[in-house]
Amino acid sequence: MSGLATFSGTPDSPFTVLWLQSGGCGGCTMSLLCAEGPDVMTTLEGAGISLLWHPSLSEETGDEALDIFARIQAGEIVLDALCVEGALLRGPNGTGRFHMLAGTGRATIEWVRELAGLARYVVAVGTCAAYGGVTAAGLNPTDACGLQYDGRREGGALGAGFRSREGLPVINVAGCPTHPNWVTETLMLLAAGLVSPQDLDAYRRPRFYADHLVHHGCTRNEYYEYKASAEKLSDLGCMMEHLGCLGTQAHADCNTRPWNGEGSCTRGGYSCINCTAPEFEEPGHPFLETPKIAGIPIGLPTDMPKAWFIALSSLAKAATPERLKRNAVSDHPVVPPTVRDIKRR
Amino acid sequence: MSILETGAESAPRRLIVGPFNRVEGDLEVRLEVADGAVTAAYVSSPLFRGFERILEGRDPRDALIIAPRICGICSVSQSQAAALALAGLQGIGPTENGRIATNLLVATENVADHLTHFHLFFMPDFARAAYSGRPWFPAAEARFKAGRGTSARRMVEARATLFHVLGLLAGRWPHTLAIQPGGVTRRADRRDQMRLLATLRAVRGVLEAQLFGAPLEQVAELSDPAELEAWRANGPEGDFRLFLEIAADLGLDRMGRAYDRFLSHGAYPGEEGPFYAAGLMAEGERGAVDPAGITEDHTFARMEERGHPHHPFAGSTLPDAADETGYTWCKAPRLFGRPFETGALARQVVDGQPLLTGLVAQGGGSVYSRVVARLLETARTLIAMEAWVRALDPDAPWCAEGLNPSNGQAAGLTEAARGALGHWVSVERGRIARYQIIAPTTWNFSPRDAQGIPGPLEAALVGARVKPGEKTPISVQHIVRSFDPCMVCTVH
Ligand code: SF4
Ligand code: SF4
Repeated sequence: MSGLATFSGTPDSPFTVLWLQSGGCGGCTMSLLCAEGPDVMTTLEGAGISLLWHPSLSEETGDEALDIFARIQAGEIVLDALCVEGALLRGPNGTGRFHMLAGTGRATIEWVRELAGLARYVVAVGTCAAYGGVTAAGLNPTDACGLQYDGRREGGALGAGFRSREGLPVINVAGCPTHPNWVTETLMLLAAGLVSPQDLDAYRRPRFYADHLVHHGCTRNEYYEYKASAEKLSDLGCMMEHLGCLGTQAHADCNTRPWNGEGSCTRGGYSCINCTAPEFEEPGHPFLETPKIAGIPIGLPTDMPKAWFIALSSLAKAATPERLKRNAVSDHPVVPPTVRDIKRR
Repeated sequence: MSILETGAESAPRRLIVGPFNRVEGDLEVRLEVADGAVTAAYVSSPLFRGFERILEGRDPRDALIIAPRICGICSVSQSQAAALALAGLQGIGPTENGRIATNLLVATENVADHLTHFHLFFMPDFARAAYSGRPWFPAAEARFKAGRGTSARRMVEARATLFHVLGLLAGRWPHTLAIQPGGVTRRADRRDQMRLLATLRAVRGVLEAQLFGAPLEQVAELSDPAELEAWRANGPEGDFRLFLEIAADLGLDRMGRAYDRFLSHGAYPGEEGPFYAAGLMAEGERGAVDPAGITEDHTFARMEERGHPHHPFAGSTLPDAADETGYTWCKAPRLFGRPFETGALARQVVDGQPLLTGLVAQGGGSVYSRVVARLLETARTLIAMEAWVRALDPDAPWCAEGLNPSNGQAAGLTEAARGALGHWVSVERGRIARYQIIAPTTWNFSPRDAQGIPGPLEAALVGARVKPGEKTPISVQHIVRSFDPCMVCTVH
């Protein structure tokens, strides 16, 4: 498609969204409310997107909410996008009874399967809905999974073969939680008819944010270059070598599109734990510790051959400027950058 | 008209109310109704995820990643409770900066929560068609209509601005990792202090212009019910005064009374005790909380081990899906065998705040006093936050280091926006052997216990008026939302 299509939604016939929550924490909705410039309501309204029902934000409770579901089931309301937040719970013993949709006596996973079949697009909001997320961690007591993934394996609640009415698989706006703009921009792109299978990456995340790495724009990049490493949380150095930072492998634009004003995990002083990835919840080691073999981190930066990494890092370490060496292990800069006389450069 | 006095119907009936929205998470309420009033209520949390089990077997430090993800609305409080428990295990405390910065982070979340609750969850009910005949309705509709109200929209913006405190000091919200047992991971420098003050000043501006119509100090200093009555009669224009007017018209002070027993773990640790005191108030008397007296009862929870109540250090979370006696996944917390209400009202009453103490003396915990408490606390907390920002010392240390012992147990007790939150952790051979959590809504939305005593909300709903034909009684909605429940926390 060339050029920007107009949004399909208009005040008379908006792009309709039904939002359901299952085995999650509600954090993606809370994050969504942090959208700024403009706020979430203005953004959605401007794109002709209307929420048919949202568990936190709508007026309708109980029978009035169920009435909306019934009208979608009866085909009286066209459902453009079904957004699901939270993992889908298959347990106990495949009954789905760990989450019954209140007031309906029916398992939420069943509701989701039925409504997904009626929707033009299905959107998994957050890593839980996408892949299972933290709800599926450890023993996975509730047999939690994502809409179309069970961890890294395709399948999940809807099955690998599922395609929504417009022929797309589930769109995984992964993140724990998601960035508010990842959600609003995905919905806007859908309303504008601008999402095709090529716009999704290998784990079906929208490429507009998943083709970036968290490492891009990290304020610690200079420390990374010289392998000047933080030794404990609150140090200023790069957190890859000792503190488990996965920013060089994590697909997200967190450091070029900050959170809550000017924040990001690494700017907040702690490591990226790769929360947009399936199975991030089970790194196989303590989250904030870098597993190593013979002193060399196991997880190397994406696209980097191991031999290169070893050669480069020993070279870089030998060349680390004093300023970076000392600041890396301090909670505030102890050596400022030298001011040079520009005439003598 | 008061909703206490509307037309009644006589035939007894049963109502199942759900999905109950504009609360955090999933809630179903079963009501028995006779003569136009609720005669019994059974509160059910229909979503179980099992976070306590998910935590077992992990490195204790991982609790700081997993536990906050119990809840997207109070994740910072969960984070603080986990950090306090780990600090107990490690035998360390936070640095002075770490303590103050943590207070700022928790306070930001709590204030944002109060605003979200008032503007997005609670007030939209008064903009519903059911009230279209009331004199205040046009104003309520313009300001609070779900998704459209002008006040609601402005508060969504102010709330996003407020969270810049989290963005700056803690990377992001929700689910930050900035709070550690020894302090915080990010230092604030002088420039950051100025930005934080600018952010708080901007939020203060919106609250003073729109919510209160007056300086925060004037709200924080309200000291008896007569002053509040004067505010309603001729106080400054604002959302607060509109609420007072609606409350008087509908008799919200006579709705939703539970046991008038209040519990607070104390909020915002300071050098000389917490900023809001820890303790309890029961039968009109203030006292101390002995955490040894806290237990959970499983009789009506779909959980194994129903034989006797458990202290959290001995508690378990083994779901029993075949169970038919249980009607919820929520356990029943009790303090020395008695149910307690927790939340902003409890915090303020336990702290001895005179207006709230006066309101409780007059009419007990009610829809009205709970909402007033949240708004008054919003003012008090925001004022304190400005002082905390000034107290940060950029050159002093921010995060102390500790080592987890391979065996031990500790508790982390704090206050989330909705009230008392506790994490109890036991470590064996360097791994989490047991992790038990009692969240505020677990207290408030507790089911019955072995003695058949209903939880606070179940008690508060008895007597709520049900109009003929109502399937989702509006009085029930007001009462439920007055607690600002967080159902994802309730059963974890
Ligand atoms: S801290 Fe992480 S994201 Fe930042 S430079 Fe180091 S590896 Fe990259
Ligand atoms: S920095 Fe990493 S862990 Fe943090 S939000 Fe981005 S992807 Fe998730």
